[in-house]
Amino acid sequence: MSLLSRLGLSLFAAACVLVPLAGAHAAVVPDAIKDLALGEADARDKALSAIVAAGDAAALPFLQSLLDGDIKVQGDNRVYRVTGDQAVDLLTGKAVKPLPADVEEVVVNNRFRRALAGAIAALRLSSSDRALRAAAARALAGGADENTLPAISAALAKEADPEIRASLALTQASIQLASPEAATRLAAVRALAQSDNAATKTLLTALLARRNGAFVEPDASVRSEAARSLREVDSRLLKGDLVARVFSGISLGSILLLAALGLAITYGLMGVINMAHGELIMVGAYATYIVQNLFRQHWPAAFDAYLLAAIPAAFLVSAGVGMMLERTVIRFLYGRPLETLLATWGLSLVLIQTVRTLFGAQNVQVENPSWMSGGVEIMTNVVLPWSRIAIVAFSGLVLTMMWLLLTRTRLGLFVRAVTQIRPMASALGVPTARVDMLAFGLGSGLAGLAGCALSQIGNVGPDLGQSALVDSFMVVVLGGVGQLAGTVAAAFGLGVVNKFLEAWSGAVLAKIAVLVFIVIFIQKRPRGLFALRGRTVEA
Amino acid sequence: MTIAAAPGGGGAGAGSATDGRPLRPGVDVSHRAILYLESINVSFDGFRALNDLSLTVDAGELRCVIGPNGAGKTTMMDVITGKTRPDSGTAFFGQTIDLTRLSEPQIAHAGIGRKFQKPTVFERHSVFQNLELARKCDKRVWPTLTARLDSSAGDRILTILDQIRLHERADHPAGLLSHGQKQWLEIGMLLMQEPELLLLDEPVAGMSDDETMRSAELFMALAGQYTLIVVEHDMDFVARIADTVTVLHEGHVLAEGSMHKIQQDERVIEVFLGR
Amino acid sequence: MAVGFVPLHLSRRGPLLARWTPRTAWPFYGVAALVLFVVIPLGHLAAPAESVWHVSSFTVTLVGKVMCYAIVALAMDLIWGYTGILSLGHGVFFALGGYAMGMYLMRSIGHDGVYRSDLPDFMVFLDWKQYPWYWRFTEHFWYCALLVVLVPGVLAFVFGFFAFRSRIKGVYFSIITQALTYAAMLLFFRNDTGFGGNNGFTDFKRILGYSVTAPQTRTALFVLTGAALLAVLAFARTLVASKLGRVLTAIRDAESRVMFSGYNPLYFKLFVWTASAVICGVAGALYVPQVGIINPSEMSPANSIEIAIWTAVGGRGTLFGPIAGAFVVNLGKSWFTQAFPEYWLFVLGALFILVTLFLPHGLAGLWRRVAR
Repeated sequence: MSLLSRLGLSLFAAACVLVPLAGAHAAVVPDAIKDLALGEADARDKALSAIVAAGDAAALPFLQSLLDGDIKVQGDNRVYRVTGDQAVDLLTGKAVKPLPADVEEVVVNNRFRRALAGAIAALRLSSSDRALRAAAARALAGGADENTLPAISAALAKEADPEIRASLALTQASIQLASPEAATRLAAVRALAQSDNAATKTLLTALLARRNGAFVEPDASVRSEAARSLREVDSRLLKGDLVARVFSGISLGSILLLAALGLAITYGLMGVINMAHGELIMVGAYATYIVQNLFRQHWPAAFDAYLLAAIPAAFLVSAGVGMMLERTVIRFLYGRPLETLLATWGLSLVLIQTVRTLFGAQNVQVENPSWMSGGVEIMTNVVLPWSRIAIVAFSGLVLTMMWLLLTRTRLGLFVRAVTQIRPMASALGVPTARVDMLAFGLGSGLAGLAGCALSQIGNVGPDLGQSALVDSFMVVVLGGVGQLAGTVAAAFGLGVVNKFLEAWSGAVLAKIAVLVFIVIFIQKRPRGLFALRGRTVEA
Repeated sequence: MTIAAAPGGGGAGAGSATDGRPLRPGVDVSHRAILYLESINVSFDGFRALNDLSLTVDAGELRCVIGPNGAGKTTMMDVITGKTRPDSGTAFFGQTIDLTRLSEPQIAHAGIGRKFQKPTVFERHSVFQNLELARKCDKRVWPTLTARLDSSAGDRILTILDQIRLHERADHPAGLLSHGQKQWLEIGMLLMQEPELLLLDEPVAGMSDDETMRSAELFMALAGQYTLIVVEHDMDFVARIADTVTVLHEGHVLAEGSMHKIQQDERVIEVFLGR
Repeated sequence: MAVGFVPLHLSRRGPLLARWTPRTAWPFYGVAALVLFVVIPLGHLAAPAESVWHVSSFTVTLVGKVMCYAIVALAMDLIWGYTGILSLGHGVFFALGGYAMGMYLMRSIGHDGVYRSDLPDFMVFLDWKQYPWYWRFTEHFWYCALLVVLVPGVLAFVFGFFAFRSRIKGVYFSIITQALTYAAMLLFFRNDTGFGGNNGFTDFKRILGYSVTAPQTRTALFVLTGAALLAVLAFARTLVASKLGRVLTAIRDAESRVMFSGYNPLYFKLFVWTASAVICGVAGALYVPQVGIINPSEMSPANSIEIAIWTAVGGRGTLFGPIAGAFVVNLGKSWFTQAFPEYWLFVLGALFILVTLFLPHGLAGLWRRVAR
């Protein structure tokens, strides 16, 4: 559900709850009304606590009205609720018209305001609407006092939703931490050890801090307990961090794999480093964009399934473009790898400018289908987005199919033969020219698939291919040619290493460090991680 | 650029085999053997190219190495010249120069010259320039930059040009030579290097009978002053020139001896003619 | 006929000047000197605006800029045309030289910047209080001149040493040079790096006390660039005609044979690679005061790849060719981006494709065929 509809729903729910209650003022005990509206601070507090303790949700509208300033008093014993020019005498329930002239505002100072807000929130905690409860919990977390503690504890006892529980527990603990009783504080600290919320860490650290030379927390046993809890929470958070980062690395690796796979095949096969590879990725992304638009225009109901059509479309369009490039330009440059570099660079410029002319220079919008949005929460604060999970799965699928194609089909056999010894394969009757074209098409099609995947998680624009190019090259250089295993290992290795470095030093420095690492690595193993050795493969 | 090989090896004189300056004097052949290979093993991706290969060549010899395709002849040359590192085994040039620890230029400088199976000359340079580049001299960057062709060097080039019968073509680009002429040019370049040991990989392939005969004459004239290892398939040629013949098979020495002896050898007949 | 083939009489001992400048080239040098040192300077400074001889400051700047590119194309020809090493990252050396000069020029702004402070505007904007340590001494011209030579030189030396030592060749080498320049570009885009971030250095006021925009200064820089171009050309010709030049072309054609002849290709490649980088750095330093700006996009891979096309269009391995190529492509670019900006990339892309497919020897090859 989109954010907007969720919000609307909760407002509607709120209205449903509050509107019927609007009439039921009588639910609040008259004494309480009088105390709250007319009484002194002590009486007010007591009345408020009583309401909160009783968990009387029916009092909500009155309390809200108090907070909103809709309650007016007259003399010592008349309490009115004013809406517009309507007034209702809350003690008798009768409407009064017109409003008496000598009504006064109820004085709601800041302290009372805070207490009211806290009470309202506490009452809301027992609402049957999860969204309301969550909102209430969040509001309380902002700053609650002892008065609301019983309500919170009561709510905690009943609350089933883990997210709300966590929030309430934290609030409860933070209130308890201010308790004068060391025992209460100790218990609170111990309870906090279970938390996996980053805010807990702040709380506990504050407890252990010094101010003006003395510890904030006077009791030593509480301090040591707090230190222990802090360590526990820390390691839990670290674990969560680690998991998130590893997943992030795998996700990046899967994208690198998709992007580099096609390049590895064309380079391994023909010694052609295709500088237009990035643009073939871009073409795939734009093909996805077009398919998306078609679905939106003609089959909006089936929009969520547009990827099913986009994937083959991206593959075929990029493969087609690639084969066309091969037949018209690249074919004439076999055996001249450096010239191929330059010619394919020229092709990439032409492709970029073509796309820019056709679709404009700015990015285009590609929306995820609905099943891809959101994510799965495997630990607190560790949410794995569905889109990324889908891409990891997709890249695994593509890899498997590629492996099957290369090892089990005739085309794959030819491709491998031509990679290893071209003249021999030709002499054996393998149609090398056709194999070249098909293999190039295959590599380009893979690039198209990468583009399709990239369109789901990033911007789609004419320059999409440029940044993907250097990354793909690095994977190919690192992984070596001739074996899929190399590409896979390099892609995931680079993905994970990149993400871990990023946490330390930021994205740019991480990228630079990776590039430097590769240059150094190539010293030791010029052929890459998994390369075919021997006389038949020359760099 | 120093490598701890040949301490004093090859020269109590200036320079080691390593830095581009020519060695004076040459290789230590006090024990007659100029090339000593023992138990060399080389594998490529599981395929055993050389299998426990042991070979000794004496100084001044004209050794021929024969064997069916894939026997490891070229790989053996790769090991000797430093292009391939053996997985195990020792290779010594003279008494003291460990070939397994030097690079190709260092080994070339130490006095091993190699002629490739496919004639490898500088196609876009003239014949004269090819020879000039190969000439034994200080081959570091600065001396090369400031090099002048003095008369003694020029004379030497002209001598070799005569020997390889390419005097007419001195200023022509080497790429325009015929196959046989390129082979000769490459041999000429080797001679310019003044090596102690020459490795010749199929030197008469593609030559006419006349050229082949003259090659035989040349090699026999060179033997004694130089040591030659010739890999060939032309059995007549081998019979003419060889002192000793080594037969390689599947990376291992199958038989060794005079041409006559190995022609009688059962195992050799089996390998060459099949069962 | 044979590219890089020098007539026999030159490979033997001969007068030094003849080795630098074979007689056939004298007219070229003469005309070039005349145009560069006399015609254009006078046309800019002396000729009145309406005269046909007048050379506008736009033209002076444009030609000066293209001459800097021609120097770079020469440097590229040395490593690619003659040694067979295709670098797709040479722009980084050009840019580094430019940045080194830029540091001096930024210092020379003094208090005349927008913020009227000791520090350059971009540092004030970032709220820095003082110059970082690597900006020390950059107020001295001689120090920056040293940097112009040393920074690209050292980077090239270190990079080349590791790359050539591990025998990285061909396509792999080209790709990692691209990665090098890409990494450098990313680094310089960061504001924290202290080189102006993505805006770079601009708004120069003075060089060596003279106003950067004054016609005399422009002309002086122009003449200096012209002289540098001719000097680099002479240097390149000496190099190429020497035995070292022949070793380089031998490395390009048959590196294994070179090794087995006893030369260590590592040192030769390293020498020409470093020299080439230093030349690019100098070109960059001449470029920046004329153009008035330097930013990280000079280090983009696209820029470096364009250098290769200038050399290819002109004709690799001919020295004169790449100069012509640099002029043709850049003047064409200047015209196109004014007349039909959307089409320039098409033209450039087509240029890459057509030259590699149909004109492997570039314009020089065409010239030779026509001249026959």
